[in-house]
Amino acid sequence: MERVKNQLISVKNVIKTYASRKGEVNAVNDVNLEIKEGEIFGVIGYSGAGKSTLIRMLNGLEIPTNGSIVVAGREVSRIKGRELRKARQEISMIFQHFNLLWSRTVVDNIAFPLEIAGVPRQEREKRVKELIALVGLSGREDAYPSQLSGGQKQRVGIARALANNPKVLLCDEATSALDPQTTDSILELLVDINKRLGLTIVLITHEMHVIRKICHRVAVMESGRIVETGPVLHVFKNPQEQITRRFVQQVTEPEETKETIEHLLSRYPRGKVIQLTFVGEGAEQPLITDLIRQFSLTVNILQGKISQTQNGSYGTLFVHLDGEEAEVERAVQFISSQEVGVEVISNG
Amino acid sequence: MAELMETVKWDKLWLASQETLYMTAISVLVTFILGVILGLLLFLTGKGSLWENKAVNVVIAAFVNIFRSIPFIILIVLLIPFTKLLVGSMLGANAALPALIIGAAPFYARMVEIALREIDKGVIEAAQSMGASHGQIIFKVLIPESLPALISGLTVTAISLVSFTAMAGVIGAGGLGHFAYLEGFQRNRPFVTLVATVAILILVFIIQLIGDYFTNKTDKR
Repeated sequence: MERVKNQLISVKNVIKTYASRKGEVNAVNDVNLEIKEGEIFGVIGYSGAGKSTLIRMLNGLEIPTNGSIVVAGREVSRIKGRELRKARQEISMIFQHFNLLWSRTVVDNIAFPLEIAGVPRQEREKRVKELIALVGLSGREDAYPSQLSGGQKQRVGIARALANNPKVLLCDEATSALDPQTTDSILELLVDINKRLGLTIVLITHEMHVIRKICHRVAVMESGRIVETGPVLHVFKNPQEQITRRFVQQVTEPEETKETIEHLLSRYPRGKVIQLTFVGEGAEQPLITDLIRQFSLTVNILQGKISQTQNGSYGTLFVHLDGEEAEVERAVQFISSQEVGVEVISNG
Repeated sequence: MAELMETVKWDKLWLASQETLYMTAISVLVTFILGVILGLLLFLTGKGSLWENKAVNVVIAAFVNIFRSIPFIILIVLLIPFTKLLVGSMLGANAALPALIIGAAPFYARMVEIALREIDKGVIEAAQSMGASHGQIIFKVLIPESLPALISGLTVTAISLVSFTAMAGVIGAGGLGHFAYLEGFQRNRPFVTLVATVAILILVFIIQLIGDYFTNKTDKR
């Protein structure tokens, strides 16, 4: 894991401008990114943030107006024709709406990129068999896309993308059209592929859940710019921008948190409601036990959630502390001394 | 009834049917090839497509629109010099072919273009992202993915071609139209005209059946 990894993708000062009726629009505005080999890198943003344009520039489906993009040693933003087609065989892509050929069976869809690459028939058949087993589609070989569920279609998409042993897999909102359960199974498949094949994955999404679940590093995009970037856990622990905080809240706090807290505040006028934030090791400490043993307090757990990310766990916990005011104060002091973030929501 | 039946020259009817079949078959085949080529060009040079080229697109579109708009009976007359140059005569089934093809190919080309536009842009993009060349996109994506629509369009075109052959027959190309006009109308034998009509209807139904069969068979959506 910790061996020195090579830079695989480098995006430098990239600008993409579109002419629109209202004048020029910067879809991507001065973006810089470095993505390492074997990494799962996520770009999150709301629709219209420019993330889709950004990912499409990585395989030359869009050409940047300015700046340079190097993927696996080739300057994708400059090459054309045969060289670009060759490069694209090493940078494959999966799509939100799968984009399978409905006229072909599962087997023939997966064989399609191999046909494009000119792989001989026998080798094609062998490779397709391996891929079908890899993505868990055994038994559905001769089905047409119209006979498959969304999750199965995306598995075909993934198998097809892996056919030519690419160096990079680009995922363009690959789970956005799937239900939560199917999303998780597809994400698990992507992690599995990343671990087994050491494949670099770049994905764009508007769901923090996806970032939390599989990404090592994340970049947050807003109106064409990358406003924040870093290891996922770090960004969860310490979000800098307003937009990042909003994304982090998507996964750390259940939707109804605010209402619940307000309700509890009115119900427990005494004591303090505090929010604890655990990161990494901290999330696994028996903090509450320590609190109850060391202080003469009533500790009431109101709400909590622990999320797993690729670089560790992250959790939030809302508790109500009741007792002597000085004792509560000391307890808060004690918690602060641990590797846990504390925020007092209310003073009773 | 038996008397009426005797008025029909069955050997001539059979011959006329063969001529109609011949004209239809050859013109459908050539129309298919030309129509697919023209339709592909219309689609590919269109806005946002692989070979986007406004000038070429406008020229082809104009050609298609003009020949699609000329009434067939006038087209035959207009094409007489061209046909004479090509076939050497204005009589017989072969002489009808140039007008049939030039009349039907632009019509079919439009249907091909519409069929190609129905293809999901994402699928073309997926092929591009795999490094497919333009030739591979045409033969492995565009044509297979639009095949049911190409076939159903060809069925409609083939049926119009049957009616075109009947018109061409009136001015000397032979076939069932010629038979109905000469043996039925000119000799004042309405029953003969009716028999010729039934023969044409049978042909049309057969074409429709074959077309529907292949449309359904290729449609895996």
